[in-house]
Amino acid sequence: MSQLQYYLAVVAGGICAAALGFSLLTPLESGLLLKAFLAVGTLSLLRFVVPLGLWIDGAIAVFGAVALLTTLGVYAPTPAFFWLALVGAWLFSWLFVERLSHALAWRISDSAGLGLLIPVMFGLTILVIWEVVTRAGNVPQVILPPPSMIGARIMASLPTLWADFQQTFLKAVLIGYVLGCGLGFVVAILIDRSPFLKAGLLPLGNFVSALPIVGVAPIMVMWFGFDWPSKAAVVVIMTFFPMLVNTVAGLNASSVIERDLMRTYAAGYWQTLMKLRLPAAGPFIFNALKINSTLALIGAIVAEFFGTPIVGMGFRISTEVGRMNVDMVWAEIAVAAVAGSVFYAGVALIERGVTFWHPSVRGA
Amino acid sequence: MSVTTELSNPAGTTTQDAVISARHLGLTFKTNDGDVVALSDVNLTINKGEFVSFIGPSGCGKTTFLRTIADLEQPTSGTLTINGMTPEQARQSRAYGYVFQAPALYPWRTIEKNIALPLEIMGHSKSEQDARIKRTMDLVNLSGFEKKYPWQLSGGMQQRASIARALSFDADLLLMDEPFGALDEIVRDHLNSELLKLWAATQKTICFVTHSIPEAVYLSTKIVVMSPRPGRVTDVIESNLPSERPLDIRETPEFLEIAARVRDGLRAGHSYDGDHV
Repeated sequence: MSQLQYYLAVVAGGICAAALGFSLLTPLESGLLLKAFLAVGTLSLLRFVVPLGLWIDGAIAVFGAVALLTTLGVYAPTPAFFWLALVGAWLFSWLFVERLSHALAWRISDSAGLGLLIPVMFGLTILVIWEVVTRAGNVPQVILPPPSMIGARIMASLPTLWADFQQTFLKAVLIGYVLGCGLGFVVAILIDRSPFLKAGLLPLGNFVSALPIVGVAPIMVMWFGFDWPSKAAVVVIMTFFPMLVNTVAGLNASSVIERDLMRTYAAGYWQTLMKLRLPAAGPFIFNALKINSTLALIGAIVAEFFGTPIVGMGFRISTEVGRMNVDMVWAEIAVAAVAGSVFYAGVALIERGVTFWHPSVRGA
Repeated sequence: MSVTTELSNPAGTTTQDAVISARHLGLTFKTNDGDVVALSDVNLTINKGEFVSFIGPSGCGKTTFLRTIADLEQPTSGTLTINGMTPEQARQSRAYGYVFQAPALYPWRTIEKNIALPLEIMGHSKSEQDARIKRTMDLVNLSGFEKKYPWQLSGGMQQRASIARALSFDADLLLMDEPFGALDEIVRDHLNSELLKLWAATQKTICFVTHSIPEAVYLSTKIVVMSPRPGRVTDVIESNLPSERPLDIRETPEFLEIAARVRDGLRAGHSYDGDHV
């Protein structure tokens, strides 16, 4: 057991013991589950006599979360021991993740499923703390609604959210992303062929990327109308430059020796491009694709603040904020976050397949 | 213990048709610090089937000379012909295979795909490619590693793969620029004796750049000693070692005599500039 784990175990058990002591001041039959958790947490101090497996820490953490969530609303002004119990449960979850990651560090490659458990546990801990703090602390919903309320809103508004997702993500983001990245790639190859274009187009691309999105978006609406094409145009402008710069850099990434080799074979420009320079540029191109996957979503949502039909994620956020329907705003944020993460993960997965040979992927 | 090598074309029986012919060859690099004379008045003829080593300290122009033969550098004066052609024509007709200091295998290609690279570029058919890959991989003792990626092999195996790649399209001339410079001595000895066998089996003309006197003497039929500032040829030594060269030939008086002559040549070159150790 490392020093950090040692202190975590001591403090977690100690806090549970202290909270158990305070909880005896309340009527015995109230909040029984929470008191049971505190008792178990206190008993965990016995680990210094009998070692406890890391899964027991995980089970205690989950038990604590369940106990806290079911005890919400039992006590009218939230007593101090309740907050102590929250801290205790959080520490058990931390201790569990800490011990799990230590255990996995020795054999990380053949336990990818267990490795996934760490971020899941981390996310769940945040959600539980968020839920308990907002509800037990009576945080105004306009400031921060509890996740359960956001979840309920998502379930109740699925058709609206789906329509918004379709409008913003499936149309503006994806089409703009493909066009912007494709254009950046093609222009990079054209630039590479001609020093004149390199001198002329690279600064122009830089100029376009420096345009403020909030200024460009209304102009795109003038040019391409209210519907998704104007948003896709904003996405094209945002994604074009990162792709251009990365591809230009990537095309120069092959080493002198690798290019000399092609020259000794009397290989033509296109042969050298296809067999050496494009594969060598792969890691750079995928960097741009990953950066752009999140930029595109941001661009499309912000662009919808400037004139749009009555559908779309950005439109929904701007109108629901005005109507103080903050739970709907959070629901859209959740959808956008999940969509953006999945998009990014998809690109990253393809990257692993295509640039498997690169040291950053094969872990050399 | 000792590796015996049968040489099919011992020194002295070479035919007199010149593969490489340099006359008053000079090359000056223009840099921000002024001109650097990399090659000055180099005169040299290399005949078919010879194994020629270029030896000298850093900056003596041995690599530059090899790169000039390969049309990777352009001479600024004099003439250079390869099989009677200009270096550019020779490169366009794929007259030589070049082995660099680093293996320069493409990491996204398996070993067999790396060896197929020149064959793809030169437009060989798929079945022809497969036959040549098999033959050259046998030649460098890499059979069984076809599907491996370069980064899964040791440095010595990578360099062998790069030699196989240079052999795959059957050019008569092999240019090797310190191919074993980055390898440890044991691997290097092994690859040296393998290279001699390969030379005997393929009858190619080989130009071999090296830092190492034993390596040069062990391999060559002709040793070109060069010296720096400006890069020039100071001595050309014909080796009279027997065609059969086990590794322990390096202990014999004949071998040591040639090595001493090479060392003298290197020292003579150095006496021009006193600032060098």
